[in-house]
Amino acid sequence: MAAPPESAARKFVKRLQDGDKAAHLITLIFAASVFLVTVFLVYELWIHSAPSRAKFGLSFLITKTWDPINEQFGALPFIYGTILTSILALLISVPLGVGAAIFLSELAPPRLSNACTFLVELLAAVPSVIYGLLAIFTLVPLMRQYIEPFLKKTLGFLPIFQGPAYGFGYLAAGVILAIMTFPFIISISRESLLAVPREQREAALALGATQWESTWQVVVPFARLGIIGSVFLGLARALGETMAVTMVIGNDPSIHASLLAPGYTIAAIIANEFTEATGDTYLGALVELGLVLFLITIILNASAQLLILATTKKGSKTE
Amino acid sequence: MTKQKLTIGLLAASAIVAFSSVLPAETINAAGATFPAVIYQKWFEEYHKLHSDVQINYQAIGSGAGIQQLTSGTVDFGASDMPMTDAQMGKITKFKVLHFPMVLGGVVPVYNIEGINAVLNFTPETLSGIFLGTISNWNDARLKKDNPNVKFPNAEITVAHRSDGSGTTFVWTDYLSKVSPDWKSKVGASTSVAWPKGLGGKGNEGVAGIVKQTPNSIGYVELIYAVQNKMDYGTVKNSAGAFVRADFESVSAAAAGAAKNMPDDFRVSITNAPGKNAYPISSFTWMLIPSNLSGAKKNAVQQFLKWALTDGQKYCAGLDYATLPTPVVSKEEKQISQIQ
Amino acid sequence: MMGRTQRRNALNNVMLTLTGVCTLITVSVLFVILGFLVWNGFRSLNWDFFTKLPLSPGETGGGLANAIVGSGVVILIAVIIGIPVGFLGGIYLAEFGGKTFPIFVRYTADLLNGVPSIVIGIFAWTVIVVPMHSFSAWAGGFALALMMIPIGLRSTEHFLRSVPNSLREGSFALGANKAKTIMKVIVPAARQGILTGLILGVARVAGETAPLLFTSLNNQYWSNKLTEPIATLPVWIYKMAISPYEDWHRQAWAAGLVLLGLVLIANIAARWVLSRGAAVQRS
Repeated sequence: MAAPPESAARKFVKRLQDGDKAAHLITLIFAASVFLVTVFLVYELWIHSAPSRAKFGLSFLITKTWDPINEQFGALPFIYGTILTSILALLISVPLGVGAAIFLSELAPPRLSNACTFLVELLAAVPSVIYGLLAIFTLVPLMRQYIEPFLKKTLGFLPIFQGPAYGFGYLAAGVILAIMTFPFIISISRESLLAVPREQREAALALGATQWESTWQVVVPFARLGIIGSVFLGLARALGETMAVTMVIGNDPSIHASLLAPGYTIAAIIANEFTEATGDTYLGALVELGLVLFLITIILNASAQLLILATTKKGSKTE
Repeated sequence: MTKQKLTIGLLAASAIVAFSSVLPAETINAAGATFPAVIYQKWFEEYHKLHSDVQINYQAIGSGAGIQQLTSGTVDFGASDMPMTDAQMGKITKFKVLHFPMVLGGVVPVYNIEGINAVLNFTPETLSGIFLGTISNWNDARLKKDNPNVKFPNAEITVAHRSDGSGTTFVWTDYLSKVSPDWKSKVGASTSVAWPKGLGGKGNEGVAGIVKQTPNSIGYVELIYAVQNKMDYGTVKNSAGAFVRADFESVSAAAAGAAKNMPDDFRVSITNAPGKNAYPISSFTWMLIPSNLSGAKKNAVQQFLKWALTDGQKYCAGLDYATLPTPVVSKEEKQISQIQ
Repeated sequence: MMGRTQRRNALNNVMLTLTGVCTLITVSVLFVILGFLVWNGFRSLNWDFFTKLPLSPGETGGGLANAIVGSGVVILIAVIIGIPVGFLGGIYLAEFGGKTFPIFVRYTADLLNGVPSIVIGIFAWTVIVVPMHSFSAWAGGFALALMMIPIGLRSTEHFLRSVPNSLREGSFALGANKAKTIMKVIVPAARQGILTGLILGVARVAGETAPLLFTSLNNQYWSNKLTEPIATLPVWIYKMAISPYEDWHRQAWAAGLVLLGLVLIANIAARWVLSRGAAVQRS
């Protein structure tokens, strides 16, 4: 390869390569910038939520009113909606996801397992707005015309399945979030299950267990920390989802008992109202909601990382 | 590897720099109401064809957001169907807000009922009842009374309203507050209210979208959104007792009184206007222009306003907005010089 | 009455079949998604879509040329800001880092990775939009860069560390200093993995909408400057999907197909690069 003429850029690069100290300093600066920017992020959230925190204090978390005109703000409907839709999502995706993970780790031949895992992991790459687009035109009509009326007919005596079948609402949001969390639960649970030593399975089978019994009573408990970790990770993702949720949840800032009712989540209201937040208190309330969401997801993510590390032992390579 | 990275980086950087200097048009950024968005976008398109050096990027994010972005200075001008209150204007210290009414429009009750294609008649009682939730089924006797020839299904009414801060909401709730003491005490009038029930949609388009997709639903949108989407919309009983459907004539009739007595700052409400032919849920819609625009932007905005108030009005009829009364236009043309 | 063994075997068969059903359901979801997008979007892809600007609401026709280019611009800005930080920061963590500071860096990178995208949008708004008094492509690019950095950082560190020490020692033995060793020996050895991380970072942010809602806002036309609002595909898809216009729905499907296609291609390309790299490294 012929040497190109020495440009200014090349000279600079050469100087860089010649100096260990320079290299150390430059890379240190970039690494430090990651640290600094994250600290700054937390700081900005804290500062901009100050007017709201000062006015409402901790009661912000348990107040139901959201009244921008009279500047009375409370986070409860959004915390409720966020947690409810995420739990719904997990109730659907955990059984399906762990079931699929078991199939892929214990039963499927390796090539099928890898192929299916690959496909499922591609689901994680689908942008949220596309899930929302699909949900509006396929899931919501399905909910409104078939699923919700069916639930009302069969389980309508329960307060959670009462009220009009809008299609939009907590349930639709829960279902789309479930689809969005499949990849995390399947992928990580499968890895946790695969990390269980063969001896465990073989011991169980040697004692006369059926394959299901060996899997369910020995392998899964052994991998449970990783599986729980995957659930936390999926939960953290579900809590922060914005677009798919705001497109199907009905955008109603109140608390409803029924799953068929419209609601709101923290991420959805920030997305909808941020540009029209007049005044420091209104803006502060929205930023405070963001701070609350941030704190919840930090705690979940940290717990998830710890649990997953404990089971798959992947962390040892990077420490 | 570093060499290649640097080369790519430099190429990318130069591409960005080149890209950013290739189109020399003056871009004016604006944001606000969805109520007039259809005609505004048409205007900006047509005006750009006449003056290719002026490009007005209008983001229809709601009157509330239009007011907020104007206040925080992130846009060159705003747009709203609710005139700014004294308190809102008081928050702005850097400039005065000049209200320019641009067109007239009507907010209509738009519905999607299975098996029904008729034009329904609504009264203050039925509208406030539906939106308060006291009338919850389409086969309610009160609806039947005003629509004796219509066979309503036995179906729950799904209400659609705005989820964002909306001038259209203000016009709707302002009307309901004037005609229904119950509404006034329970909900009131504003860009953002505590809706007793219903689904929230973003923008006039969002509400239209919900109603279009959801059987047995009702919402409120600016007339053009119902017309463009071939959706059914009803009549409303005005203060003279006539059931009037929103159109060019009825909305113009609502503005007749205000045209004669327009205040100097142009902030006026024409809901529940008197007159046999007046559509009761009509409103002006304003562009909110800061008084401190300068330089090329000032000239561009002033020229645009002059065009929109005269030539631009000819696009109104085709998009079902009503034109401004002539005395109002002359008064506004005098205000244009206040932008300095 | 069934014997206990028979019951257990029956349960075994039932449960194992169920797990297969679970897999079928979850995998088929991807096909359903792709199927819908292809079915609805493919018919709407035409030359206009890629070359024309959007029309006024309610008018038929037009395209999303400005959104396609705008997305490209915002992602490019994100790459220019985010990739050097991730790459060089990863080099620091793998090659230079001491005892304590790298722990802080890694922890905060993980923290940043877990921040919900809407909150990233809030931060970018406070840091760029407010001082600038304008929505801009810079603000959108900055927000996306923040989301790319942790991915690039962690993957760069991971793949640099997986380069065997023998290579490092060999290079030192030949007289090269540390900087030269990194640039000429280690990074090239790990380049497939690092590239994978960068591609995945781009793929992650390409479809993000929430951080752009109040940073780059949106634009009806071409943006003339980077300090102005700019059109992007995800924001236009959102706007069109919630509207009542059939023509906009059609275009939203097409845009969704284009966006998803790009994201999936990037993901598959990243994995392919990685698998080739792994094979090369082992041999």
